[in-house]
Amino acid sequence: MQLFRPGANTIAMLVIAAIGATPVLAVGLSYQLMRSPYATDQNVTRNQPVPFSHEHHVSGLGLDCRYCHTSVEKARFAGMPPTETCMTCHSQIWTNARMLAPVRESLAKGQPIAWTRVHRLPDYVYFDHSVHVAKGVGCTTCHGEVGQMRLMRQAAPLTMQWCLDCHRNPAPHLRPTEAVFDPNWHAPKDQAEAGARLAATYHIHTDHLTDCTICHR
Amino acid sequence: MTIRRLLCLMMLPAALGGCGDHSMTQQNRYGTFTKAALFRDGTEAQVPPKGAIAQGELDRARQVATPPPVDMALLARGRERFGIYCSPCHGLSGHGDGMIVQRGFPAPPSFHSSRLRAADARHFFDVITNGYGAMYSYAARVEPRDRWAIIAYIRALQQSQRTDMTEVPQLRSKLP
Ligand code: HEC
Ligand code: HEC
Ligand code: HEC
Ligand code: HEC
Ligand code: HEC
Ligand code: HEC
Repeated sequence: MQLFRPGANTIAMLVIAAIGATPVLAVGLSYQLMRSPYATDQNVTRNQPVPFSHEHHVSGLGLDCRYCHTSVEKARFAGMPPTETCMTCHSQIWTNARMLAPVRESLAKGQPIAWTRVHRLPDYVYFDHSVHVAKGVGCTTCHGEVGQMRLMRQAAPLTMQWCLDCHRNPAPHLRPTEAVFDPNWHAPKDQAEAGARLAATYHIHTDHLTDCTICHR
Repeated sequence: MTIRRLLCLMMLPAALGGCGDHSMTQQNRYGTFTKAALFRDGTEAQVPPKGAIAQGELDRARQVATPPPVDMALLARGRERFGIYCSPCHGLSGHGDGMIVQRGFPAPPSFHSSRLRAADARHFFDVITNGYGAMYSYAARVEPRDRWAIIAYIRALQQSQRTDMTEVPQLRSKLP
């Protein structure tokens, strides 16, 4: 009597192979998931108390980032504009817009506007804006096309891999000092040479830039 | 049997102790500008108590009192700061026709009017520090040294709009 059909051997081999491959695939899949935009909150727009548009204020009006994010050159923290900063203009224009009611209320009550954070590194990571800005890493390199964003979103994954990719070889991303805040900067054709030259003038040494203690202090 | 059950029960607290988030993602400290239950106004950003003197305050007072010497570096700094904080309203050349004015903000006076050409530097300094009419104060965003730098650059702008061709003869050949 024949218990097994002729194909049984193949099926058995496949099952054994599947048992072997499952853990490998599972690890691979979870690794992919971990770094997927879904897990890193990439490109998620958040509801804000006021629908503040960078597209409008940066591209439309040509405002410099530092008009509002004042401490970005001097400190770890880029700085969020206090209500007075909005009021330097909105005390005179769009004074009755319903959209801006929370801004007026905030000024009247002396209560800061509670913006929802878009970027958030874990507390065990140390990040500093001033050093990046001083060494020619532009805002849009990390924050994407801010000038096209109606609502702010996180353009980069902000994973450790992402930080390290640049820390190993920053030259392709470096800009001249005067272009750091330019929301429309694009790498010139000779970026390969220009970047290397800039890395030298900024005195960037990559030998210690991937040490754990640079970012985990 | 009961002993084994007891042992299992004793393991439970140890196992539960391992639960919770130990990843240090959220550490027990306040971040910049975060909510902070510890303070009455509920925010981490506290104003210094009355009478406290902030670090660097004396140095800042000195910068207010004495303008720095004008050199190319100061002018370059002034040009950059003017571009960030003043040009949206006053325009890149100081005629008072910036982008925000084009969108309906009251027009400021031109820096090239005879009154503002004659005004002394301290008046400009006071306008930046305290604001003026519809213009808000920029003291929180422009350091005293940068205020002097901006004023030096405004002087250069004023000069640029009434240069006599005889003063720079080499320019003539470059004009169309
Ligand atoms: C008119 C003021 C203003 C200007 C100019 C401005 N911003 Fe903003 N920015 C804000 C406000 C208000 C928020 C908070 C609301 C939000 O997240 O959209 C913000 C949020 C952000 C955030 C997200 C912060 C977070 O929560 O993680 C980034 C990144 C940012 N701005 C980058 C820039 C860059 C780059 C520029 C210059 C190209 C710029 N901003 C110019 C006012 C401004
Ligand atoms: C330098 C001047 C300036 C500053 C500072 C400024 N705004 Fe505006 N804002 C404008 C102008 C001008 C308009 C109208 C745009 C137009 O007419 O095209 C506007 C429009 C808006 C609108 C409605 C129009 C839209 O579609 O976005 C909102 C909401 C707004 N601003 C919020 C803010 C907030 C919040 C702040 C403070 C973080 C702020 N603005 C700071 C100049 C400014
Ligand atoms: C090297 C990458 C990088 C560059 C360059 C960079 N940022 Fe950021 N930015 C970040 C990261 C990462 C965070 C989140 C920081 C955190 O969670 O502690 C952040 C957060 C912010 C925030 C929220 C407040 C804060 O500091 O946490 C603002 C506003 C901001 N950036 C604006 C800017 C502006 C304006 C520029 C250009 C002058 C700029 N950034 C350049 C990576 C960068
Ligand atoms: C696009 C390039 C780029 C990205 C992305 C980037 N960095 Fe950097 N980072 C630099 C450069 C360039 C320097 C300056 C190195 C020097 O001073 O020689 C630097 C310096 C630093 C320093 C200071 C190093 C020191 O000498 O103390 C820290 C901390 C840091 N980065 C953290 C981060 C973290 C955390 C991230 C990711 C969230 C990140 N960086 C992403 C380019 C980058
Ligand atoms: C350039 C900055 C940088 C350097 C250098 C760096 N890290 Fe990280 N690390 C990060 C960032 C950013 C995160 C958070 C990533 C996230 O939230 O997905 C992180 C996360 C981690 C985590 C937690 C991972 C997790 O998924 O929970 C560990 C563990 C870690 N780093 C270890 C190290 C070690 C070990 C080194 C040295 C070999 C190192 N890091 C060097 C930026 C850095
Ligand atoms: C949001 C628009 C706006 C910005 C930005 C702005 N100003 Fe003004 N400024 C005005 C307006 C409007 C007036 C006229 C005020 C009035 O007469 O009520 C004015 C007036 C002045 C005056 C003339 C005072 C007089 O005696 O008549 C000076 C000087 C001046 N501003 C300097 C500056 C400097 C320097 C900066 C940059 C740090 C600056 N302003 C930024 C709107 C602005």
